[in-house]
Amino acid sequence: MEPYQLSIHELHDLLRKGEVTSVEVTKSFIHRVKTIDKRINSYISLTEDMALEQAYEADKKFKKGGILSPLLGIPLSIKDLICIKGAKTTCASKILQNFVATYNATVINKLRDNGAVFLGKTNLDEFAMGSSNENSFFGPTRNPWNLDYVPGGSSGGSAATVAADLCMGSLGSDTGGSIRQPANFCGVVGLKPTYGRVSRFGLVAFASSLDQIGTITKDVKDSAILMNVIAGKDPFDSTSADIPVPDFTKSLVNNIKGMKIGIPKEYFVEGMDHDVEKCLKEAVKVFRRLGAEFTDISLSHADYAVATYYILASAEASSNLARYDGVKYGLRSKSSEDLLEMYSNTRKEGFGNEVKRRIMLGTYVLSAGYYDAYYLKAQKVRTLIKKDFEDAFKKCDIIIAPTTPYPAFKLGEMIDDPLQMYLSDIFTISVNLAGIPSISIPCGFSNKTLPIGMQIMARHFKEETIYQAAFSYQQNTEHHFKKPRV
Amino acid sequence: MIDVIQKTIMEITEKNVEHIASLSKIKSDQNSNKAFTDQLKKILKYIEKLNELDTDQIEPTQHVLSLQNVFKEDLIQNIFSKENSFENAPRYDKGHYQVPKIIE
Repeated sequence: MEPYQLSIHELHDLLRKGEVTSVEVTKSFIHRVKTIDKRINSYISLTEDMALEQAYEADKKFKKGGILSPLLGIPLSIKDLICIKGAKTTCASKILQNFVATYNATVINKLRDNGAVFLGKTNLDEFAMGSSNENSFFGPTRNPWNLDYVPGGSSGGSAATVAADLCMGSLGSDTGGSIRQPANFCGVVGLKPTYGRVSRFGLVAFASSLDQIGTITKDVKDSAILMNVIAGKDPFDSTSADIPVPDFTKSLVNNIKGMKIGIPKEYFVEGMDHDVEKCLKEAVKVFRRLGAEFTDISLSHADYAVATYYILASAEASSNLARYDGVKYGLRSKSSEDLLEMYSNTRKEGFGNEVKRRIMLGTYVLSAGYYDAYYLKAQKVRTLIKKDFEDAFKKCDIIIAPTTPYPAFKLGEMIDDPLQMYLSDIFTISVNLAGIPSISIPCGFSNKTLPIGMQIMARHFKEETIYQAAFSYQQNTEHHFKKPRV
Repeated sequence: MIDVIQKTIMEITEKNVEHIASLSKIKSDQNSNKAFTDQLKKILKYIEKLNELDTDQIEPTQHVLSLQNVFKEDLIQNIFSKENSFENAPRYDKGHYQVPKIIE
Protein backbone atom coordinates (compact mmCIF):
# COMPACT_ATOMS: atom_id res chain seq x y z
CA MET A 1 0.00 0.00 0.00
CA GLU A 2 1.25 3.48 -0.85
CA PRO A 3 1.40 6.06 1.97
CA TYR A 4 -1.25 8.22 0.27
CA GLN A 5 -3.71 5.33 0.54
CA LEU A 6 -3.41 5.14 4.31
CA SER A 7 -5.60 6.74 6.96
CA ILE A 8 -4.32 9.72 8.95
CA HIS A 9 -3.52 7.59 11.99
CA GLU A 10 -1.66 5.01 9.91
CA LEU A 11 0.40 7.66 8.12
CA HIS A 12 1.19 9.31 11.44
CA ASP A 13 2.81 6.07 12.62
CA LEU A 14 5.00 5.92 9.49
CA LEU A 15 5.98 9.58 9.81
CA ARG A 16 6.84 9.10 13.45
CA LYS A 17 8.98 6.05 12.70
CA GLY A 18 10.74 8.00 9.95
CA GLU A 19 9.74 5.46 7.30
CA VAL A 20 8.42 8.25 5.13
CA THR A 21 8.65 12.05 5.28
CA SER A 22 5.86 14.57 5.04
CA VAL A 23 7.61 16.18 2.06
CA GLU A 24 7.58 12.84 0.21
CA VAL A 25 3.89 12.23 0.92
CA THR A 26 2.98 15.82 0.08
CA LYS A 27 4.83 15.56 -3.24
CA SER A 28 3.07 12.30 -4.02
CA PHE A 29 -0.30 14.00 -3.48
CA ILE A 30 0.64 16.97 -5.64
CA HIS A 31 1.75 14.59 -8.38
CA ARG A 32 -1.50 12.62 -8.10
CA VAL A 33 -3.63 15.75 -8.25
CA LYS A 34 -1.77 16.98 -11.33
CA THR A 35 -2.22 13.68 -13.16
CA ILE A 36 -5.55 12.28 -11.94
CA ASP A 37 -7.61 15.31 -11.04
CA LYS A 38 -8.06 16.49 -14.62
CA ARG A 39 -10.77 13.85 -14.83
CA ILE A 40 -12.33 14.34 -11.40
CA ASN A 41 -11.97 18.13 -11.02
CA SER A 42 -12.06 17.93 -7.23
CA TYR A 43 -9.61 20.78 -6.60
CA ILE A 44 -10.18 24.41 -7.58
CA SER A 45 -6.64 25.41 -6.63
CA LEU A 46 -3.49 23.78 -5.32
CA THR A 47 -1.48 25.59 -2.63
CA GLU A 48 1.70 23.78 -3.62
CA ASP A 49 4.31 26.18 -2.22
CA MET A 50 2.49 26.52 1.10
CA ALA A 51 2.09 22.74 1.35
CA LEU A 52 5.75 21.96 0.69
CA GLU A 53 6.88 24.60 3.16
CA GLN A 54 4.54 23.21 5.84
CA ALA A 55 5.68 19.64 5.08
CA TYR A 56 9.32 20.67 5.36
CA GLU A 57 8.65 22.30 8.74
CA ALA A 58 6.78 19.19 9.89
CA ASP A 59 9.69 16.92 8.97
CA LYS A 60 12.02 19.10 11.02
CA LYS A 61 9.73 18.63 14.02
CA PHE A 62 9.61 14.86 13.52
CA LYS A 63 13.41 14.78 13.54
CA LYS A 64 13.46 16.77 16.75
CA GLY A 65 10.96 14.45 18.45
CA GLY A 66 8.99 15.28 21.61
CA ILE A 67 5.22 15.62 21.74
CA LEU A 68 3.95 15.39 18.17
CA SER A 69 0.41 16.20 17.06
CA PRO A 70 -1.37 13.38 15.21
CA LEU A 71 -1.89 15.93 12.43
CA LEU A 72 1.76 16.95 12.10
CA GLY A 73 2.78 16.72 8.45
CA ILE A 74 -0.62 15.35 7.36
CA PRO A 75 -1.73 16.73 3.96
CA LEU A 76 -5.34 17.90 3.97
CA SER A 77 -7.68 19.49 1.46
CA ILE A 78 -9.98 22.35 2.45
CA LYS A 79 -13.37 23.23 0.96
CA ASP A 80 -12.98 26.46 -0.98
CA LEU A 81 -15.44 28.22 1.30
CA ILE A 82 -13.03 28.28 4.24
CA CYS A 83 -10.43 31.06 4.33
CA ILE A 84 -6.71 30.31 4.24
CA LYS A 85 -4.69 33.53 4.42
CA GLY A 86 -2.92 34.24 1.15
CA ALA A 87 -4.86 31.57 -0.77
CA LYS A 88 -7.72 32.10 -3.18
CA THR A 89 -11.13 31.52 -1.61
CA THR A 90 -13.57 31.45 -4.50
CA CYS A 91 -16.66 29.70 -3.08
CA ALA A 92 -16.78 28.25 -6.63
CA SER A 93 -18.30 31.56 -7.72
CA LYS A 94 -17.35 33.90 -10.51
CA ILE A 95 -18.00 36.78 -8.13
CA LEU A 96 -15.05 35.66 -5.92
CA GLN A 97 -12.95 34.16 -8.71
CA ASN A 98 -9.91 36.25 -7.75
CA PHE A 99 -10.58 36.77 -4.05
CA VAL A 100 -7.55 36.10 -1.85
CA ALA A 101 -8.33 35.60 1.84
CA THR A 102 -6.65 38.12 4.12
CA TYR A 103 -7.03 36.06 7.28
CA ASN A 104 -7.26 32.45 8.42
CA ALA A 105 -10.46 30.78 9.53
CA THR A 106 -10.21 29.66 13.16
CA VAL A 107 -10.22 26.01 12.07
CA ILE A 108 -7.28 26.76 9.76
CA ASN A 109 -5.31 28.40 12.57
CA LYS A 110 -5.96 25.37 14.75
CA LEU A 111 -4.85 22.93 12.05
CA ARG A 112 -1.76 25.06 11.35
CA ASP A 113 -0.85 25.11 15.03
CA ASN A 114 -0.95 21.31 14.87
CA GLY A 115 1.38 21.22 11.88
CA ALA A 116 -1.13 20.06 9.23
CA VAL A 117 -0.29 20.59 5.55
CA PHE A 118 -2.76 22.34 3.22
CA LEU A 119 -2.68 20.86 -0.27
CA GLY A 120 -5.36 23.05 -1.79
CA LYS A 121 -8.95 24.19 -1.99
CA THR A 122 -11.69 21.85 -3.12
CA ASN A 123 -14.55 22.31 -5.52
CA LEU A 124 -18.13 22.84 -4.33
CA ASP A 125 -21.53 24.02 -5.44
CA GLU A 126 -21.35 27.81 -5.67
CA PHE A 127 -21.60 29.22 -2.12
CA ALA A 128 -22.45 25.67 -0.95
CA MET A 129 -25.85 25.82 -2.67
CA GLY A 130 -26.48 22.49 -4.30
CA SER A 131 -26.45 18.73 -3.93
CA SER A 132 -24.39 17.64 -6.94
CA ASN A 133 -21.39 19.96 -7.36
CA GLU A 134 -22.78 20.88 -10.75
CA ASN A 135 -23.34 24.51 -9.63
CA SER A 136 -19.63 25.32 -9.68
CA PHE A 137 -18.22 28.15 -11.79
CA PHE A 138 -15.15 25.92 -12.24
CA GLY A 139 -17.09 23.01 -13.71
CA PRO A 140 -18.59 19.97 -12.00
CA THR A 141 -16.64 17.50 -9.90
CA ARG A 142 -17.07 13.86 -10.89
CA ASN A 143 -17.58 10.88 -8.64
CA PRO A 144 -14.34 8.86 -8.37
CA TRP A 145 -16.39 5.63 -8.31
CA ASN A 146 -17.88 6.39 -11.72
CA LEU A 147 -17.07 9.55 -13.63
CA ASP A 148 -20.56 9.72 -15.16
CA TYR A 149 -22.04 10.26 -11.70
CA VAL A 150 -22.07 13.26 -9.37
CA PRO A 151 -20.03 13.22 -6.16
CA GLY A 152 -22.87 14.92 -4.28
CA GLY A 153 -22.75 18.39 -2.83
CA SER A 154 -22.02 20.82 -1.75
CA SER A 155 -18.74 19.47 -0.32
CA GLY A 156 -18.46 17.17 -3.36
CA GLY A 157 -14.89 18.21 -4.10
CA SER A 158 -13.80 17.43 -0.55
CA ALA A 159 -15.49 14.01 -0.57
CA ALA A 160 -13.96 13.19 -3.97
CA THR A 161 -10.44 14.16 -2.83
CA VAL A 162 -10.76 11.80 0.14
CA ALA A 163 -12.27 8.93 -1.90
CA ALA A 164 -9.67 9.21 -4.67
CA ASP A 165 -6.71 9.44 -2.25
CA LEU A 166 -5.94 12.98 -3.34
CA CYS A 167 -5.51 14.03 0.32
CA MET A 168 -5.50 12.39 3.76
CA GLY A 169 -8.69 14.10 4.93
CA SER A 170 -10.72 17.23 4.32
CA LEU A 171 -12.80 19.93 5.94
CA GLY A 172 -16.22 20.65 4.52
CA SER A 173 -19.32 22.52 5.63
CA ASP A 174 -22.83 21.19 6.12
CA THR A 175 -25.91 23.44 5.95
CA GLY A 176 -28.51 20.89 4.82
CA GLY A 177 -26.45 17.75 4.28
CA SER A 178 -23.45 19.15 2.41
CA ILE A 179 -20.92 16.96 4.24
CA ARG A 180 -22.95 13.79 4.77
CA GLN A 181 -24.56 13.51 1.34
CA PRO A 182 -21.30 13.72 -0.67
CA ALA A 183 -19.50 11.51 1.88
CA ASN A 184 -22.29 9.01 1.26
CA PHE A 185 -22.08 9.30 -2.56
CA CYS A 186 -18.27 8.90 -2.48
CA GLY A 187 -18.04 6.09 0.10
CA VAL A 188 -16.21 8.03 2.84
CA VAL A 189 -16.93 9.24 6.37
CA GLY A 190 -18.56 12.67 6.85
CA LEU A 191 -19.34 14.24 10.21
CA LYS A 192 -21.59 17.23 10.75
CA PRO A 193 -20.92 18.23 14.36
CA THR A 194 -23.49 19.85 16.66
CA TYR A 195 -24.28 23.43 15.66
CA GLY A 196 -21.85 25.56 17.67
CA ARG A 197 -19.31 22.78 18.28
CA VAL A 198 -16.87 24.16 15.68
CA SER A 199 -16.18 27.84 15.09
CA ARG A 200 -17.57 29.27 11.85
CA PHE A 201 -15.18 32.22 11.85
CA GLY A 202 -13.64 32.33 8.38
CA LEU A 203 -16.29 30.08 6.85
CA VAL A 204 -18.03 32.11 4.16
CA ALA A 205 -21.62 32.44 5.40
CA PHE A 206 -24.53 30.81 3.57
CA ALA A 207 -27.27 30.24 6.18
CA SER A 208 -25.84 31.22 9.53
CA SER A 209 -28.33 29.40 11.77
CA LEU A 210 -27.60 26.11 9.96
CA ASP A 211 -23.97 26.22 8.70
CA GLN A 212 -21.44 24.02 10.46
CA ILE A 213 -17.87 23.01 9.58
CA GLY A 214 -17.10 19.30 9.80
CA THR A 215 -14.78 16.52 8.68
CA ILE A 216 -14.58 14.22 5.67
CA THR A 217 -12.21 11.30 6.25
CA LYS A 218 -11.34 7.76 5.24
CA ASP A 219 -12.43 6.30 8.56
CA VAL A 220 -14.12 7.19 11.85
CA LYS A 221 -10.90 7.41 13.85
CA ASP A 222 -9.53 10.09 11.50
CA SER A 223 -12.69 12.12 12.02
CA ALA A 224 -12.20 12.01 15.81
CA ILE A 225 -8.55 13.06 15.41
CA LEU A 226 -9.53 16.09 13.34
CA MET A 227 -12.41 17.00 15.65
CA ASN A 228 -10.07 16.99 18.65
CA VAL A 229 -8.26 19.86 16.96
CA ILE A 230 -11.02 21.93 15.34
CA ALA A 231 -13.76 21.81 18.02
CA GLY A 232 -14.22 24.36 20.78
CA LYS A 233 -15.34 27.84 21.80
CA ASP A 234 -13.95 30.70 19.73
CA PRO A 235 -14.20 34.35 20.79
CA PHE A 236 -14.48 35.27 17.09
CA ASP A 237 -17.71 33.25 16.68
CA SER A 238 -20.22 34.22 19.34
CA THR A 239 -22.44 31.27 18.33
CA SER A 240 -19.71 28.74 19.08
CA ALA A 241 -20.64 26.82 22.22
CA ASP A 242 -18.85 27.30 25.51
CA ILE A 243 -18.93 23.60 26.30
CA PRO A 244 -15.84 21.53 27.18
CA VAL A 245 -14.45 19.49 24.29
CA PRO A 246 -13.78 15.87 25.23
CA ASP A 247 -10.97 13.76 23.78
CA PHE A 248 -13.07 12.23 21.00
CA THR A 249 -10.56 9.44 20.41
CA LYS A 250 -11.48 8.08 23.86
CA SER A 251 -14.91 7.22 22.44
CA LEU A 252 -13.37 4.92 19.86
CA VAL A 253 -14.19 1.69 21.66
CA ASN A 254 -15.47 -1.44 20.01
CA ASN A 255 -18.45 -1.92 22.30
CA ILE A 256 -22.06 -0.88 21.90
CA LYS A 257 -23.64 -3.48 24.13
CA GLY A 258 -26.93 -2.15 25.46
CA MET A 259 -26.85 1.01 23.32
CA LYS A 260 -30.40 1.96 22.34
CA ILE A 261 -30.85 2.63 18.63
CA GLY A 262 -33.93 4.35 17.28
CA ILE A 263 -35.25 3.56 13.81
CA PRO A 264 -37.46 6.36 12.44
CA LYS A 265 -40.37 4.86 10.53
CA GLU A 266 -40.64 7.96 8.34
CA TYR A 267 -37.18 7.25 6.85
CA PHE A 268 -37.99 3.68 5.86
CA VAL A 269 -40.90 4.01 3.50
CA GLU A 270 -42.43 1.82 0.88
CA GLY A 271 -40.86 2.34 -2.49
CA MET A 272 -37.48 3.31 -1.11
CA ASP A 273 -34.44 2.37 -3.17
CA HIS A 274 -33.94 -1.38 -2.95
CA ASP A 275 -30.15 -1.24 -2.54
CA VAL A 276 -30.36 1.43 0.16
CA GLU A 277 -32.95 -0.62 2.04
CA LYS A 278 -30.85 -3.78 1.77
CA CYS A 279 -27.67 -2.06 3.04
CA LEU A 280 -29.48 -0.43 5.97
CA LYS A 281 -31.05 -3.74 6.97
CA GLU A 282 -27.61 -5.36 6.91
CA ALA A 283 -26.25 -2.56 9.08
CA VAL A 284 -29.06 -3.07 11.58
CA LYS A 285 -28.11 -6.76 11.74
CA VAL A 286 -24.48 -5.83 12.52
CA PHE A 287 -25.53 -3.54 15.36
CA ARG A 288 -27.93 -6.15 16.71
CA ARG A 289 -25.17 -8.77 16.67
CA LEU A 290 -22.98 -6.36 18.65
CA GLY A 291 -25.59 -6.18 21.38
CA ALA A 292 -27.45 -2.97 20.56
CA GLU A 293 -31.16 -2.71 21.37
CA PHE A 294 -33.60 -1.38 18.81
CA THR A 295 -36.67 0.72 19.25
CA ASP A 296 -39.08 2.21 16.75
CA ILE A 297 -39.34 5.97 16.86
CA SER A 298 -41.28 8.59 14.94
CA LEU A 299 -40.02 11.84 13.47
CA SER A 300 -43.49 12.79 12.41
CA HIS A 301 -42.61 16.16 10.83
CA ALA A 302 -39.80 14.75 8.68
CA ASP A 303 -41.86 15.30 5.57
CA TYR A 304 -41.94 19.07 6.19
CA ALA A 305 -38.17 19.51 6.57
CA VAL A 306 -37.33 20.32 2.96
CA ALA A 307 -39.99 23.03 2.69
CA THR A 308 -38.95 24.52 6.04
CA TYR A 309 -35.29 24.45 5.08
CA TYR A 310 -35.71 26.16 1.72
CA ILE A 311 -37.57 29.05 3.32
CA LEU A 312 -35.10 29.56 6.18
CA ALA A 313 -31.87 28.84 4.30
CA SER A 314 -32.86 31.00 1.33
CA ALA A 315 -33.95 33.85 3.60
CA GLU A 316 -30.65 33.78 5.46
CA ALA A 317 -28.73 33.47 2.19
CA SER A 318 -30.47 36.47 0.65
CA SER A 319 -29.25 38.51 3.59
CA ASN A 320 -25.73 37.01 3.82
CA LEU A 321 -25.04 37.36 0.12
CA ALA A 322 -26.05 41.02 0.03
CA ARG A 323 -22.38 41.76 0.75
CA TYR A 324 -21.37 40.81 -2.81
CA ASP A 325 -22.01 44.13 -4.46
CA GLY A 326 -18.76 44.90 -6.26
CA VAL A 327 -17.67 47.61 -3.83
CA LYS A 328 -15.14 46.24 -1.37
CA TYR A 329 -14.02 42.95 -2.93
CA GLY A 330 -14.80 40.47 -5.66
CA LEU A 331 -16.03 41.05 -9.18
CA ARG A 332 -17.19 44.50 -10.30
CA SER A 333 -19.15 44.82 -13.51
CA LYS A 334 -17.39 47.11 -15.93
CA SER A 335 -20.44 48.29 -17.82
CA SER A 336 -22.25 50.49 -15.32
CA GLU A 337 -23.23 54.14 -15.41
CA ASP A 338 -24.08 54.57 -11.77
CA LEU A 339 -23.86 52.81 -8.41
CA LEU A 340 -27.22 51.03 -8.46
CA GLU A 341 -26.56 49.70 -11.93
CA MET A 342 -23.12 48.57 -10.81
CA TYR A 343 -24.68 46.53 -7.97
CA SER A 344 -27.24 44.79 -10.15
CA ASN A 345 -24.92 44.20 -13.11
CA THR A 346 -22.22 42.81 -10.82
CA ARG A 347 -24.63 40.39 -9.18
CA LYS A 348 -26.12 39.35 -12.50
CA GLU A 349 -22.69 38.64 -13.98
CA GLY A 350 -21.17 37.19 -10.83
CA PHE A 351 -23.76 34.74 -9.48
CA GLY A 352 -24.83 31.46 -11.06
CA ASN A 353 -28.48 30.51 -11.53
CA GLU A 354 -28.93 28.46 -8.36
CA VAL A 355 -27.54 31.26 -6.19
CA LYS A 356 -29.78 33.80 -7.94
CA ARG A 357 -32.79 31.53 -7.48
CA ARG A 358 -32.18 31.20 -3.75
CA ILE A 359 -31.48 34.89 -3.21
CA MET A 360 -34.73 35.67 -5.01
CA LEU A 361 -36.68 33.03 -3.08
CA GLY A 362 -35.22 34.39 0.16
CA THR A 363 -36.00 37.97 -0.79
CA TYR A 364 -39.56 36.97 -1.65
CA VAL A 365 -40.31 35.08 1.58
CA LEU A 366 -38.93 37.97 3.64
CA SER A 367 -40.72 40.71 1.75
CA ALA A 368 -43.50 42.76 3.25
CA GLY A 369 -46.79 40.90 3.47
CA TYR A 370 -45.32 37.42 3.11
CA TYR A 371 -43.03 37.28 6.15
CA ASP A 372 -45.61 35.68 8.46
CA ALA A 373 -46.89 33.27 5.86
CA TYR A 374 -43.48 31.91 4.99
CA TYR A 375 -40.61 32.85 7.28
CA LEU A 376 -42.43 32.84 10.62
CA LYS A 377 -44.35 29.73 9.64
CA ALA A 378 -41.10 27.92 8.80
CA GLN A 379 -39.54 28.97 12.11
CA LYS A 380 -42.52 27.42 13.90
CA VAL A 381 -42.28 24.18 11.96
CA ARG A 382 -38.58 24.16 12.83
CA THR A 383 -39.67 24.03 16.48
CA LEU A 384 -41.81 20.96 15.72
CA ILE A 385 -38.96 19.21 13.89
CA LYS A 386 -36.60 19.93 16.77
CA LYS A 387 -39.15 18.61 19.26
CA ASP A 388 -39.50 15.37 17.28
CA PHE A 389 -35.82 14.68 17.93
CA GLU A 390 -36.07 15.66 21.61
CA ASP A 391 -38.92 13.19 22.05
CA ALA A 392 -37.13 10.48 20.09
CA PHE A 393 -33.95 10.80 22.15
CA LYS A 394 -35.95 10.12 25.30
CA LYS A 395 -36.25 6.57 23.97
CA CYS A 396 -32.84 6.01 22.34
CA ASP A 397 -29.15 7.00 22.36
CA ILE A 398 -28.68 7.22 18.61
CA ILE A 399 -30.86 7.23 15.52
CA ILE A 400 -29.93 5.29 12.40
CA ALA A 401 -31.27 6.23 8.97
CA PRO A 402 -30.24 6.31 5.32
CA THR A 403 -28.17 9.37 4.38
CA THR A 404 -29.96 9.78 1.06
CA PRO A 405 -32.96 8.09 -0.58
CA TYR A 406 -30.73 6.67 -3.36
CA PRO A 407 -27.04 6.38 -4.32
CA ALA A 408 -25.28 8.95 -6.53
CA PHE A 409 -27.21 10.09 -9.61
CA LYS A 410 -25.87 10.92 -13.05
CA LEU A 411 -24.49 14.30 -14.06
CA GLY A 412 -27.21 16.37 -15.67
CA GLU A 413 -29.99 14.14 -14.35
CA MET A 414 -31.58 16.76 -12.07
CA ILE A 415 -29.95 20.02 -13.02
CA ASP A 416 -33.04 21.44 -14.73
CA ASP A 417 -35.40 20.53 -11.90
CA PRO A 418 -34.32 22.41 -8.75
CA LEU A 419 -37.18 21.05 -6.65
CA GLN A 420 -36.25 17.45 -7.44
CA MET A 421 -32.66 18.25 -6.49
CA TYR A 422 -33.81 19.81 -3.20
CA LEU A 423 -35.79 16.68 -2.36
CA SER A 424 -32.65 14.55 -2.61
CA ASP A 425 -31.65 16.09 0.74
CA ILE A 426 -34.79 14.87 2.48
CA PHE A 427 -32.95 12.67 5.02
CA THR A 428 -30.18 15.10 5.95
CA ILE A 429 -31.96 18.43 6.32
CA SER A 430 -33.84 17.78 9.60
CA VAL A 431 -30.53 17.33 11.41
CA ASN A 432 -29.45 20.89 10.52
CA LEU A 433 -32.83 22.33 11.47
CA ALA A 434 -32.54 20.62 14.89
CA GLY A 435 -28.82 21.43 15.21
CA ILE A 436 -27.86 17.90 16.28
CA PRO A 437 -24.70 16.03 15.20
CA SER A 438 -24.78 13.30 12.58
CA ILE A 439 -22.23 11.17 10.73
CA SER A 440 -22.50 9.36 7.41
CA ILE A 441 -20.45 6.18 7.10
CA PRO A 442 -20.25 3.66 4.25
CA CYS A 443 -22.47 0.60 4.71
CA GLY A 444 -22.46 -1.11 1.32
CA PHE A 445 -22.76 -0.72 -2.44
CA SER A 446 -25.50 -0.55 -5.02
CA ASN A 447 -25.74 -3.05 -7.85
CA LYS A 448 -23.97 -0.41 -9.97
CA THR A 449 -21.10 -0.49 -7.43
CA LEU A 450 -21.85 2.99 -6.15
CA PRO A 451 -21.34 3.53 -2.42
CA ILE A 452 -24.25 3.64 0.01
CA GLY A 453 -24.03 5.20 3.44
CA MET A 454 -26.00 5.43 6.65
CA GLN A 455 -26.45 8.24 9.10
CA ILE A 456 -25.95 7.98 12.83
CA MET A 457 -27.45 10.90 14.76
CA ALA A 458 -27.25 11.78 18.43
CA ARG A 459 -28.33 14.46 20.91
CA HIS A 460 -26.74 17.92 20.95
CA PHE A 461 -23.02 17.67 21.79
CA LYS A 462 -23.08 13.85 21.90
CA GLU A 463 -20.58 13.32 19.10
CA GLU A 464 -18.93 10.82 21.44
CA THR A 465 -21.93 8.47 21.23
CA ILE A 466 -21.84 8.74 17.44
CA TYR A 467 -18.13 7.92 17.38
CA GLN A 468 -18.61 4.92 19.65
CA ALA A 469 -21.32 3.45 17.42
CA ALA A 470 -19.62 4.31 14.12
CA PHE A 471 -16.23 3.04 15.28
CA SER A 472 -17.75 -0.23 16.53
CA TYR A 473 -19.46 -0.67 13.17
CA GLN A 474 -16.22 -0.08 11.24
CA GLN A 475 -14.33 -2.50 13.50
CA ASN A 476 -16.76 -5.20 12.42
CA THR A 477 -17.24 -4.38 8.74
CA GLU A 478 -15.00 -3.69 5.75
CA HIS A 479 -16.99 -1.30 3.51
CA HIS A 480 -14.73 1.64 4.42
CA PHE A 481 -11.62 -0.16 3.12
CA LYS A 482 -12.95 -0.32 -0.44
CA LYS A 483 -11.50 2.24 -2.81
CA PRO A 484 -12.47 3.36 -6.31
CA ARG A 485 -10.11 2.65 -9.20
CA VAL A 486 -8.98 6.05 -10.47
CA MET B 1 -53.52 31.76 5.94
CA ILE B 2 -54.07 29.24 3.13
CA ASP B 3 -55.96 31.92 1.23
CA VAL B 4 -53.04 34.28 1.55
CA ILE B 5 -50.62 31.76 0.14
CA GLN B 6 -52.85 30.73 -2.72
CA LYS B 7 -53.15 34.36 -3.65
CA THR B 8 -49.39 34.78 -3.61
CA ILE B 9 -48.84 31.78 -5.84
CA MET B 10 -51.06 33.29 -8.45
CA GLU B 11 -49.01 36.42 -8.13
CA ILE B 12 -45.80 34.74 -9.26
CA THR B 13 -45.68 36.18 -12.74
CA GLU B 14 -42.74 37.16 -14.87
CA LYS B 15 -43.46 40.76 -13.99
CA ASN B 16 -43.30 40.01 -10.27
CA VAL B 17 -40.15 37.96 -10.66
CA GLU B 18 -38.66 41.03 -12.30
CA HIS B 19 -39.64 43.00 -9.20
CA ILE B 20 -38.14 40.39 -6.85
CA ALA B 21 -34.95 40.47 -8.92
CA SER B 22 -34.79 44.22 -8.57
CA LEU B 23 -35.30 43.96 -4.79
CA SER B 24 -32.46 41.43 -4.82
CA LYS B 25 -30.30 43.83 -6.85
CA ILE B 26 -29.89 41.31 -9.62
CA LYS B 27 -30.41 42.73 -13.10
CA SER B 28 -32.96 40.54 -14.82
CA ASP B 29 -33.32 39.56 -18.42
CA GLN B 30 -36.37 38.09 -20.12
CA ASN B 31 -34.93 34.67 -20.86
CA SER B 32 -33.83 33.82 -17.35
CA ASN B 33 -36.94 35.45 -15.87
CA LYS B 34 -39.16 32.98 -17.62
CA ALA B 35 -37.24 30.00 -16.25
CA PHE B 36 -37.07 31.53 -12.75
CA THR B 37 -40.83 32.16 -12.81
CA ASP B 38 -41.65 28.53 -13.57
CA GLN B 39 -39.15 27.22 -11.04
CA LEU B 40 -40.14 29.58 -8.23
CA LYS B 41 -43.81 28.75 -8.84
CA LYS B 42 -43.06 25.07 -8.44
CA ILE B 43 -40.94 25.58 -5.33
CA LEU B 44 -43.52 27.85 -3.66
CA LYS B 45 -46.26 25.38 -4.50
CA TYR B 46 -44.26 22.69 -2.71
CA ILE B 47 -43.62 24.96 0.27
CA GLU B 48 -47.37 25.38 0.61
CA LYS B 49 -47.44 21.97 2.30
CA LEU B 50 -46.41 23.66 5.58
CA ASN B 51 -49.99 24.90 5.80
CA GLU B 52 -51.15 21.38 6.55
CA LEU B 53 -49.76 22.03 10.04
CA ASP B 54 -51.53 24.07 12.68
CA THR B 55 -48.79 26.15 14.28
CA ASP B 56 -50.87 28.81 16.04
CA GLN B 57 -49.66 27.74 19.49
CA ILE B 58 -46.07 26.99 18.49
CA GLU B 59 -43.17 29.29 19.33
CA PRO B 60 -40.77 30.01 16.47
CA THR B 61 -37.15 28.77 16.64
CA GLN B 62 -34.60 31.35 15.64
CA HIS B 63 -31.64 29.52 16.99
CA VAL B 64 -31.26 25.87 18.04
CA LEU B 65 -29.10 26.40 21.11
CA SER B 66 -31.23 29.16 22.67
CA LEU B 67 -28.14 31.28 23.31
CA GLN B 68 -28.22 34.34 25.49
CA ASN B 69 -26.42 37.51 24.50
CA VAL B 70 -22.70 36.91 24.28
CA PHE B 71 -20.51 39.72 25.52
CA LYS B 72 -16.79 40.24 25.46
CA GLU B 73 -14.38 42.80 26.83
CA ASP B 74 -14.32 45.99 24.80
CA LEU B 75 -10.65 45.80 23.92
CA ILE B 76 -8.99 47.00 20.75
CA GLN B 77 -7.41 44.11 18.86
CA ASN B 78 -5.49 44.84 15.70
CA ILE B 79 -6.50 41.83 13.64
CA PHE B 80 -7.03 43.57 10.34
CA SER B 81 -5.06 46.50 9.01
CA LYS B 82 -6.55 49.15 6.76
CA GLU B 83 -4.28 47.89 3.97
CA ASN B 84 -5.81 44.40 4.35
CA SER B 85 -9.22 45.83 3.59
CA PHE B 86 -8.11 47.11 0.20
CA GLU B 87 -6.25 44.01 -0.97
CA ASN B 88 -9.29 42.71 -2.83
CA ALA B 89 -10.91 46.04 -3.69
CA PRO B 90 -11.85 46.55 -7.35
CA ARG B 91 -10.98 50.28 -7.06
CA TYR B 92 -9.68 52.39 -4.22
CA ASP B 93 -7.77 55.60 -3.70
CA LYS B 94 -6.29 57.42 -0.71
CA GLY B 95 -7.83 55.09 1.85
CA HIS B 96 -11.32 55.05 0.27
CA TYR B 97 -13.24 52.63 -1.93
CA GLN B 98 -14.15 54.15 -5.26
CA VAL B 99 -17.56 53.54 -6.83
CA PRO B 100 -19.45 54.93 -9.82
CA LYS B 101 -21.45 58.10 -9.24
CA ILE B 102 -24.39 57.87 -6.87
CA ILE B 103 -26.32 61.06 -7.72
CA GLU B 104 -26.60 63.13 -10.86
